[in-house]
Amino acid sequence: MSEPQPSRLGSFPSRAAPMPYGQSTSSLADILERVLDKGIVIAGDIRINLLDIELLTIKLRILVASVDKAKEMGIDWWEHDPSLSSRHTGSPLEQENRRLRAELEALRRERLDGEEFPPRTTSEEPEGSAGDETARGRRP
Amino acid sequence: MTTPDDALTYVYAAAPLTTGLRDALMGLRGIYGSPVLFVTAPPGTGGPEPPLAFATSHVPRRDFNESALKNHFEDLEWLEDVARAHHDVVQALSVHATVLPLRMATVYQDDDRAGQALAEQHDAFAERLAQLTAHTEFGVKIYLAPPAAPAGTGPLPDTDAGAATTPGKAYLQRRRAQHNAQEAVYSQAQEAAGIIETVASQYASQHVRHPTQRGTLTGPVENVLNDAYLVPDAYAEPFRAAIERAVGVFDGIRVEVTGPWAPYSFATPPVERRNSAPGEEHGS
Repeated sequence: MSEPQPSRLGSFPSRAAPMPYGQSTSSLADILERVLDKGIVIAGDIRINLLDIELLTIKLRILVASVDKAKEMGIDWWEHDPSLSSRHTGSPLEQENRRLRAELEALRRERLDGEEFPPRTTSEEPEGSAGDETARGRRP
Repeated sequence: MTTPDDALTYVYAAAPLTTGLRDALMGLRGIYGSPVLFVTAPPGTGGPEPPLAFATSHVPRRDFNESALKNHFEDLEWLEDVARAHHDVVQALSVHATVLPLRMATVYQDDDRAGQALAEQHDAFAERLAQLTAHTEFGVKIYLAPPAAPAGTGPLPDTDAGAATTPGKAYLQRRRAQHNAQEAVYSQAQEAAGIIETVASQYASQHVRHPTQRGTLTGPVENVLNDAYLVPDAYAEPFRAAIERAVGVFDGIRVEVTGPWAPYSFATPPVERRNSAPGEEHGS
């Protein structure tokens, strides 16, 4: 009853283990989140405009956590930048959706090209090209 | 101790200047390997007892002036080095004393200026330090397992393929199965989050909810809960153990307790913080 379940906690140290500080093992995301975003803010002599920091480090902050804060400030350009948006890399359905759209577009182009020009490769029949194209586009 | 002309004074944290803190400083190195030193308020400025000190080190002016900092902040490698150095100093101090971590890159022209700044904040710092004494911060995070493999791979498509008569049907079935699986995981995570909050609140004296972590640094797993708890030192082990027991029943999610941390998330008093206090909502 008092026995803990088998641990599912990823990096959960054993209860018997000492709890040392100075953890070099802490994830960079956790550390950046804390030292950049938490802690007491007092005015130093080197005046870093806080808004400047927000803007300049927004890419880095996106790596970590502070998207909500940026959004409050009306900054949301990364949502339109597929390379930065976690939404675009996070959801399998959206990934699937984008992949399918890209394939559709590729196929359309192929069709149009096919009407105007003879096929470029001899190994690809025009009718078979749809399947080949799908297979080719499957993995980025 | 004065700051050389080509250097600035970088402040890591504020702490009461006790014997323990002096011990913590032995051989401690900060950013770029510079020795960590104490800066105190100028004599005659009053202040609490024991007096407070800033833990500082000297950093090259060329790297920490305003424009250099702006550029460096775009450089993840530099940022990581400095952030880790900052963090290591704060954590080393926090073993021996209650510390108030400062935001990274709090920089003064010299030690005297830093001392003046400390004198101006004496009372506020002392008050907060008193509240944080014998407390430690722990993080509690929930991750979802990585999303089902992209279409065309993974177990779901295989199991559905037999029943499917056309690629289109197979695709739709696959999508539905993925969707349902994901929904189930989300609802588990939600349930786990509620349980964790209930259990953790029995031990913690404060709780904050941080934005979830997303993006490259967190990898393929999805972080859906990113909380921090301020826990009295006497409850640190029961706190961890209770969370471990409580989440053992969940599949499909991973719960991670991080820490002990210096009280980064609680350095600022909880003035406008919206602590969830479910009991207060319904007064009857």
